[in-house]
Amino acid sequence: MIATVGKRPASEATGARRRRVVGLAALVVILLVAGAASMAVGARALSPTEVWDGLFAAAGSDQRLAEITLIVQTVRVPRTVLAIVAGIALGVSGALIQGYTRNPIADTGLLGVNSGASFAVVSVILLFGLANPYQYVWFAFLGAAVAGVVVFGLASLGRGAGSPLTLALAGQGIAVFLAAMTTAVALSDKASLNALRFWNAGTVAGIGFDVIWPVTIFIVVGLALALTTLPTINLLNLGDDVARSMGVNIAMSRTVGIVAVTLLAGAATAACGPIAFLGLMVAHVARYVTGPDYRWLVPCAGLLGAVVLLVCDIVGRVVTRPGELQAGIVVALVGAPFFAALVWRGKFKTV
Amino acid sequence: MNETAVKRSVAPSVRLGHASFVWRPWMVFVTLLLVAATFLVFCLSISVGDFPIGLPQVIATLFGQGERVDEFVIMDLRMPRALAGLIVGVALGVSGAITQSIARNPLASPDILGITGGASAVAVFLVTVSGGAAAAIVDSVGLSAAALAGGLGTGLLVYFLAWRRGINGLRLILIGISVSAVMEAIRIWLLVTADIRDVARAQAWLVGSLDNRSWSVVWVALWCMLALMAVVACVAFHLRPLHFGDEVAAGLGVRYSMVRAVLLLCAVLLAGVAVSAAGPVPFVALVAPQVAMRLSRYPTPPLVASALVGALLLIGSDLVARTVLPVTLPVGVVTAAIGGPFLVYLLVRANLRRG
Repeated sequence: MIATVGKRPASEATGARRRRVVGLAALVVILLVAGAASMAVGARALSPTEVWDGLFAAAGSDQRLAEITLIVQTVRVPRTVLAIVAGIALGVSGALIQGYTRNPIADTGLLGVNSGASFAVVSVILLFGLANPYQYVWFAFLGAAVAGVVVFGLASLGRGAGSPLTLALAGQGIAVFLAAMTTAVALSDKASLNALRFWNAGTVAGIGFDVIWPVTIFIVVGLALALTTLPTINLLNLGDDVARSMGVNIAMSRTVGIVAVTLLAGAATAACGPIAFLGLMVAHVARYVTGPDYRWLVPCAGLLGAVVLLVCDIVGRVVTRPGELQAGIVVALVGAPFFAALVWRGKFKTV
Repeated sequence: MNETAVKRSVAPSVRLGHASFVWRPWMVFVTLLLVAATFLVFCLSISVGDFPIGLPQVIATLFGQGERVDEFVIMDLRMPRALAGLIVGVALGVSGAITQSIARNPLASPDILGITGGASAVAVFLVTVSGGAAAAIVDSVGLSAAALAGGLGTGLLVYFLAWRRGINGLRLILIGISVSAVMEAIRIWLLVTADIRDVARAQAWLVGSLDNRSWSVVWVALWCMLALMAVVACVAFHLRPLHFGDEVAAGLGVRYSMVRAVLLLCAVLLAGVAVSAAGPVPFVALVAPQVAMRLSRYPTPPLVASALVGALLLIGSDLVARTVLPVTLPVGVVTAAIGGPFLVYLLVRANLRRG
């Protein structure tokens, strides 16, 4: 990696670096602005001073202030935090899975994470009659994690050692199987079908901090693991033989990376539902911004994921008033045409 | 791009006049085996039912030597279903093999070309929106035809959006995924806002089923499929060189842009044929070429074997759904439940052998 950078003309190298730094800085600024907007926009629009009061002022006996505090602290803050955390997780895992499978259409659902979570949701509803999303978040996470472990375990048997193609196809096979089981349950049980349709939409609303904190812990662990593997993904993408000769422990790197993807995508999916397209989209846009160096690409994809999910959540609150459109639906309805336009203009290179 | 175990030794080539090909006995053997298996399952599918008919009678009737009673049950009642399964399986298998070859990506399938997504969105719209216009459309042309129109429209939209001085593999699949994502979002949105009874009806259609197929539908699908297969057969021998990349293909005398455009159009239309005959049966197009490739030990998705594996998977799953399972499930669920694990089994076995 270093060698190829060194060979380029100095101006181009510094230009690429400037582009990356400026891109990341711009994303951070946009994220802060979007975060502030997310506090104010909603069924009850709040002014900046009201948001400030809602966050920091003591309510006392003021009726109006108590109401604002309630809205800000129990509705706006949780969904903003969740959108940012889940967006980062989905963006990072989307970039990682494309790196590990070397496939430009790999998304965060590839390892069976989404279908594992969906199957767990419909199963616990069928078996235990749970009705509240709160109750099945952890089952969804368990389902996602088990599916991820099974896929990676099967792909790693023998000498294939989790090669990109085996991993992608084994993931598809298991995902296909779990999706069929989910459909079978949903067709036979109306309560499951009813929960499944809302679950499939994907939303960041209605989840409290008692779920967000544990989810965040899993995501932070996943991010830490992901950071340790970033330099080796670059080498792995030169091919296994080259990577091995450069001293990369291939099996170790893949295992850590896939565990990271499963933790990140699994935790985010459990809390928000399947929003697989987000990871795919931001990974490509991030690659366009930063170039193929995963040390820059992955952080950029994470920030971009947070920005897109947060903005889509805000848009979803406004467009179908008095109701709300789920963030997952907005991501596809708004993001996909934009993404297709970028593709059509030839902005993207292959993985 | 693929890691299938290809024979190390040089396979003998055969030359007949201007035509030459590589003699692969294993592939021929597997293909013949698949033909036999497909025929057997096809006959079994006809013989099983409330009024069981023995296999010999089924085969005799198929060749025009049967009794009147058997002929009525077989030709009028059971044949459409079995034939629909065959058509859908073959169409999806070939469509998937073409898509994966052109995209040079084993995860590609006609599902991401927008056909399934478009058809599903239109069908769900017609089922859930109980307005005057929607009801009028369903009454006049039928749900399946309207959904097919939606699917083909979306498929062609993807095709033309991806067209920019020819079809490029990566651009095609990324645009296909985007358009499919939009269609899926529309479908989910409609389902979220709909009445739960309509959701159940829509869900049943979304999985794909072979129940209550009529001869009229099957005939149209059959002729469309045969016509498309004829086109594919004429162009297919240009498909192999495309795997080496555009430059090499051009060097070998392939007009790659034209070949890709024609084959891809056929893939879109074949997937449309499958939707018209059974609804959006998921995953067959993805799984069948990969399974066929591994069974016949061929380095790229083989067209004939993919078609046969698709047909076998579909008719076999329908048979399993009707006989073994205690609950009645649509064929789409069973194909996925059987096809997915079988693909994983083949992958794991190949890995363990290599070890």
